[in-house]
Amino acid sequence: MDPLLTLLKRDAHTAPEDLARELNLSAPEINARIARYEEEGVILGYQAILNTDKTGDDLVTAVIEVKITPERGGGFDRLAARISQFDEVTNCYLMSGGYDLLVIAEGRTLQAIASFIAEKLSTIQGVISTATHFRLKVYKENGVLLQREKGEARLAVAP
Amino acid sequence: MNLKKHIAHHVRDIPRSGIRDFFEIVQTMKDVISLGIGEPDFNTPWHIREAAIYSLEKGRTGYTSNLGLPRLRDAIATYVAEHFGIQYDGRTDVLVTVGVSEAIDLALRALVNPGDEVLFHEPCYVSYSPSITLAHGVPVAVPTFARDNFRLTAAELEKRITPASKVLMMNFPCNPTGATQTREELEKIAAVCVRHDLVVLTDEIYSELTYDGASHLSIASLPGMRERTIFMHGFSKAFAMTGFRIGYACAPAILTEAMMKIHQYGILCASITAQDAALEALEQGAPDVENMRREYELRRNYIVSSFNEMGLECFRPFGSFYVFPNISRTGLSSHEFSVQLLKQKSVAVVPGTAFGASGEGHVRACYATSLEQLKVAMARIGDFVRETKGARAA
Repeated sequence: MDPLLTLLKRDAHTAPEDLARELNLSAPEINARIARYEEEGVILGYQAILNTDKTGDDLVTAVIEVKITPERGGGFDRLAARISQFDEVTNCYLMSGGYDLLVIAEGRTLQAIASFIAEKLSTIQGVISTATHFRLKVYKENGVLLQREKGEARLAVAP
Repeated sequence: MNLKKHIAHHVRDIPRSGIRDFFEIVQTMKDVISLGIGEPDFNTPWHIREAAIYSLEKGRTGYTSNLGLPRLRDAIATYVAEHFGIQYDGRTDVLVTVGVSEAIDLALRALVNPGDEVLFHEPCYVSYSPSITLAHGVPVAVPTFARDNFRLTAAELEKRITPASKVLMMNFPCNPTGATQTREELEKIAAVCVRHDLVVLTDEIYSELTYDGASHLSIASLPGMRERTIFMHGFSKAFAMTGFRIGYACAPAILTEAMMKIHQYGILCASITAQDAALEALEQGAPDVENMRREYELRRNYIVSSFNEMGLECFRPFGSFYVFPNISRTGLSSHEFSVQLLKQKSVAVVPGTAFGASGEGHVRACYATSLEQLKVAMARIGDFVRETKGARAA
């Protein structure tokens, strides 16, 4: 993977001038490359990674294992695309193993998610079954540890 | 009672470490961003720490052979053969030591007779000159210059050879300058060593940390050199194992035997826990080294660009994790620059003079620190330089 992408994945906020210094390129080159990646859909978007415990929102997140019947000529794709359209669904993956789709959904309350699953998700033609797990605690989000060790453990000056 | 007069003269006469003095000032201040820490900011890769923990769980807590665990010595011989192209016999040529620091001390004490001259390139690591003195040798500094990107040249070396010259100490990639050697120059230096029958001690501790695709060449691999070189390396920098205190020396069996004689009485053996961890590092640690090396490369690019942008000339080093910018444009000495930067901007760099007189006019900045910290530090240094130049102009 282009080192530029690695750096952006770590911190999309990094100023082009800093990226230029780290990669030995010019800032215009960096900007041009980023624009191209956005155009080509290599970069899908930029989002702040939030600690939802501290945002004061109290959202509930559920991880749902969905079994579906694959379709002739479409496999799992059509159903997966349809499920992905829902605003409640934040992530949707096709998985190997005991179920087909892994769906991560967010709602204001447990009941809201339960309603979503019962009324909107399970009712889709082709959905065989769902198994829902509610997320209790976040330890690491998108590569970021929520509990970060503080302070410098090293001696301040060492030869 | 005057205790001072009981201290051995050669110990008493070793000057106080320049770094220690500076460290004491840093200690009095809060929230200093230190670019003066000569060790990786990465933690030892988990699987290596885990190997140490497992070793303790299994109850491996006894002495090992003086030379070190046979399996580790064999792994070291394999590693050195693969990465440096030099063949050593794990059973007779390899000595596991308490860091490269101990290897240096052993090598000097095994080789040096009182009055023997030991040459080393300057600026260099703080322990070389004192270690020579402690071994009753005479330290002979060979200056290196910015115009050569601080490479040791055969010409400068030859100027300082006398009938008493016995040993040459080398460290490339170099702490503090980041200098690396070219094959051409190493061959010339090797020729000088052969001509004057010198034994060479080569400190290879930064050899995995090379950049821009530069490949590291050890003098020990050149023709005619293996038989007169003590090859020293360790785990502190490449594997981020500084606190484990583990390293090794590879040399012709006779030299290893001589070092082992001292080691067996003074230390007995390196820590078994550290040795077990080191074995894990050699067997499984290559991907971690590469990841860290890549990180250091990015930071190096950043710090070199930053220094040059603010008008402090800084060559782009091909190795280690230090840069050695020239700060003389500010009109300040190395010491003044470092102390004033520290007091005014809470950023610590180490004055070049801590590494020898040739370091005057330079400071050592270490980029083994997170990019975030680096950016803040460089911004503050930039402000300091601008303000100082402004003061000069006024």
